[in-house]
Amino acid sequence: MVTLKINEHEVKVAEGTTILSAAKTLGINIPTLCNHPDLCVAGNCRVCVVEQKGARTLVASCATPVSEGMEIQTNSLKVRNARKHIVELLLSEHRADCTKCYKNQNCELQTLANEYSFGEHIFLDLVEDHNYVIDRSSPAFIKDDSKCIRCQRCVRTCAQLQHVSAIAVSHKGSEMKISSFHDRPMSHVVCTNCGQCVNRCPTGALTEKTYIDQVWDAIYDNDKHVVVQTAPAVRVALGEDLGYDPGERVTGKLVTALRQLGFDSVLDTDFTADLTIIEEGTELLTRLKKVLVEGDKTLALPMFTSCSPGWIKFIEHKYPHMLPNLSTCKSPQQMFGALAKTFYAKKRNLDPANVVSVSIMPCTAKKYEADRPEMRSSGYKDIDYVLTTRELAVMIKQAGIDFRTLEEGHYDSVMGVSTGAGVIFGATGGVMEAALRTAYEIVTGRPVPFKNLNIMPVRGMEGVREATIKIEGTMEEWRFLEGVELKVAIAHGLVNANKIAKAVSQGKAQYHFIEIMACPGGCLGGGGQPIPTNADIRQKRMEAIYAEDMHMDLRKSHDNPEVTAIYQEFLEKPNGHKAHELLHTHYTERESY
Amino acid sequence: MYQTGNLVKDLAEKHGRKRESLMPILQDIVKKHNYLTDDVMVAVATELDISAAEVYGTASFYTFLDTEERGKNVIRVCKTITCSMKGKNDIIATIEDMLKIRVGETTPDKMFTLLETNCIGWCHKAPAILINDMPYTDLTPETVIDVIKGYMR
Repeated sequence: MVTLKINEHEVKVAEGTTILSAAKTLGINIPTLCNHPDLCVAGNCRVCVVEQKGARTLVASCATPVSEGMEIQTNSLKVRNARKHIVELLLSEHRADCTKCYKNQNCELQTLANEYSFGEHIFLDLVEDHNYVIDRSSPAFIKDDSKCIRCQRCVRTCAQLQHVSAIAVSHKGSEMKISSFHDRPMSHVVCTNCGQCVNRCPTGALTEKTYIDQVWDAIYDNDKHVVVQTAPAVRVALGEDLGYDPGERVTGKLVTALRQLGFDSVLDTDFTADLTIIEEGTELLTRLKKVLVEGDKTLALPMFTSCSPGWIKFIEHKYPHMLPNLSTCKSPQQMFGALAKTFYAKKRNLDPANVVSVSIMPCTAKKYEADRPEMRSSGYKDIDYVLTTRELAVMIKQAGIDFRTLEEGHYDSVMGVSTGAGVIFGATGGVMEAALRTAYEIVTGRPVPFKNLNIMPVRGMEGVREATIKIEGTMEEWRFLEGVELKVAIAHGLVNANKIAKAVSQGKAQYHFIEIMACPGGCLGGGGQPIPTNADIRQKRMEAIYAEDMHMDLRKSHDNPEVTAIYQEFLEKPNGHKAHELLHTHYTERESY
Repeated sequence: MYQTGNLVKDLAEKHGRKRESLMPILQDIVKKHNYLTDDVMVAVATELDISAAEVYGTASFYTFLDTEERGKNVIRVCKTITCSMKGKNDIIATIEDMLKIRVGETTPDKMFTLLETNCIGWCHKAPAILINDMPYTDLTPETVIDVIKGYMR
């Protein structure tokens, strides 16, 4: 332990603690910009400088470990003046069109400017003379260099959490900026559109591409029937943008709010999550049979899940030779889209040309996914608009809805009934658990041998997890699996996905089935979720997801009555011809940069 | 544009495949080909298992690791104060007139690229230029023509 004094208060902290963290234990808040709890220390913005007795210069508190007898002032005149100048200098290179900016009122630089810099600017405005690029090429996000303060949170996110490094620091001095490979448009580089950088950008330099106005237009158009689906992770995070603490479940209020916004039908992505389990579970069992029993060389094992569009783009760029290992199942969002303009439209007697399909997602990559040319199985664009959790919160505020006082609503039908297995898709390990709950029962006729169906070995926040499930007491048709130890693995965050993909690619890993989610924590930590997102908040959202699962009457996808009905009425059988036409897809090899 | 063949692989064998191998590899490529093509940067990224954006980021930091197409001979005219006061503008005008290109451009036959550079340490013999690695000093509009003519053969 190390003893030091901060603002005359003595504090004891563990060796290696930063001054910033030590101050926090005393309730002393030091402002930061480049610092982020998910990322390594950068120490480049200098906003967190403090005065250390005996030191020649001010020190960055985020990057300086404490030492015995240290005496720190966090709020001296020298510190305040320095911070004011630092904030002013950042502002001199920042296009501060705050009232027009999407991040207005949700911008860390603006908050600091509010505290430290008001009145006359003391430095020249350098923005006007600079040729900044605003890159709108991705359907998922906008990169606006004129608002970038070069704190490099995005660069560290892309490298450290995602192992992608689609963006890096380029050039130097006043020309220094954040660039893709040779400044190519973001739509034409290795970027997965995961939006983790968007979630961490302290200014408006990286924001999701919003489709709020388009959705309002559709709602106000009386000729259009607007259906909305909500992803599982949205219901455990939306509250954070509307005044609730992290981890509050707001499912019922979410449904009521969507109805009040004017959506014609409020439906649930969890329904197609259940459907995904039936399709993907069948695909896995079929692959196992064909490869292990019949020696089919055209099919690849292990099979990777395909729900996460960030992961899909990652493997298309980085491991194109493993595309046959991906499940051909579309994600629940896209299954929903394909069915909304076919099955649903028919059932409700609607012209699919007049159906507008909107989805609320914790994800920015879903915007990209909806734009993929393959995603038009219905004959129309299957999903018209994707909104993030954050955008929905904006719409709710725009509509003047008092969210707290809303009654608990229930999803409409059809395509609104779901099970706990669908809900847990929102957490890392959830797809695996949902798949095992169903596949085990198909093969043995008995529920998975875990208390309350909770398959604890696949849960948790560890980056890479492995589990083995021994299959015993198989039914006649699945005898070949008798005694087989089904080996599964789970990874979340692309840096972890890369570890597994690399091991599989080099033949060093023997798995049957692997779940991959591009974002830390799975969808609940998605790039479209409320800001801030960090480890504590992800943990709380995860607890909420599993609480939601326990709270459901039905916990297994194959128990979903609407899923049973849709096969009888429309899809015929799992992995059947019609299912393949609407619910499955193919992948594309992409460039390595 | 140029084809690299096995160059990147050979350089990776020579300098290693660690992060710190990046600079010597890039320097050797530029020594041979004068600039870095997109293809060669992607090849380096693949070889070192880092992203192409990181290779570009590193290259773009260094003025002498060009990422735009350059001619066989790169002329860099010092633009810093002493050379400016001693007539670098006349030197540039002469070269521009002679090669029919402006600063930043390359001749159609890809023989010459004309650039400006920050101080190259020849203030006492200003104005100075570099052609590839060779400095030429105490220049006048007359002498610079002869210097460049020497590279035309």
